[in-house]
Amino acid sequence: MSEASAPTSKRPGLAVWLPLGLFAGFLALVFVGLYWPADREVSSAFIGKPLPAFDLPPATDERPGLATKVFEQGGKPRLLNVFASWCVPCAVESPQLAVLAKQGVEIDGVAIRDRKEDVARFLGQYGNPFARIGKDDLSQVQLAIGSSGVPETFVVDGKGIIRYQHIGDIRPEDVPLILRKLAEAAGGGE
Amino acid sequence: MRGLLLALLALFALTQPLAAQDMLPPAPYAYKQLADPRQEAKAQALMETLRCLKCQSQSIADSDAPMAGDMRHQVRTRIAAGEDPEAIRQWLIERYGDYVSYTPQVKPITWPLFAAPLLFLALAAFLLRGRFRRSKGA
Repeated sequence: MSEASAPTSKRPGLAVWLPLGLFAGFLALVFVGLYWPADREVSSAFIGKPLPAFDLPPATDERPGLATKVFEQGGKPRLLNVFASWCVPCAVESPQLAVLAKQGVEIDGVAIRDRKEDVARFLGQYGNPFARIGKDDLSQVQLAIGSSGVPETFVVDGKGIIRYQHIGDIRPEDVPLILRKLAEAAGGGE
Repeated sequence: MRGLLLALLALFALTQPLAAQDMLPPAPYAYKQLADPRQEAKAQALMETLRCLKCQSQSIADSDAPMAGDMRHQVRTRIAAGEDPEAIRQWLIERYGDYVSYTPQVKPITWPLFAAPLLFLALAAFLLRGRFRRSKGA
């Protein structure tokens, strides 16, 4: 201890400022945390990997169910939209899905924990851009592709590889990004 | 006045909460324990160390979010089928990253976490060694 206290007695000035310095550092940390909060979105670690095998029954009488083989037929890249009739942002993104569908994008849906009558009501109210809709009552497909909420939209290429994940509702300004990701997936390049 | 109050109350009675939750009943094994107590104990231990992705500061064992219920169902049915709990954890980490697991995984980025206690022990031993030597000398 005698060695440690010797320099402080010689130069007390520096040691005195140490607590204040620590406090300032702490304050800086608090403000960094306040103004740049950590990203709370959990992105899928399954991007670049093939869709896991699944075969879901139809969620509505208007459309067939959804199975992995649809994505592996070597066609155009498709969108896999994870949604639910009880999800408010899913209703908000429906006009954007309609725009994409109108441009020839093929969209398949997975309805999470949903009843047939609710899906039918939702599609009646907000339009039906889907080619197929699978009914995922136990969130099994959702868990298998690393999706952590609704809505989420995955770009899946013609070989059934997941290329891109969009978390949250697709806003009008996101449509060009989705189209670009679809084009990239069609090109087969990264 | 009373009539007006009653009318107001009736208005409140008519309102419905915004449906932001699904109408399906919980998954079969969301709230039901496995019949085999040893398997249930394994499942419970695993579920307490998996993060609920909806309510991110809770484990799936603690959360009542429907998705946590579906994850518990997944964990319990897989354990009942004889799957190893760590394999299930790995399955989830493959999909959601390390974030889904509360139990830190041993990998280069977490080495400091596991090395720190050893370093502190070594430091303490080093400092104490100096003290003991001095007291012996005195």
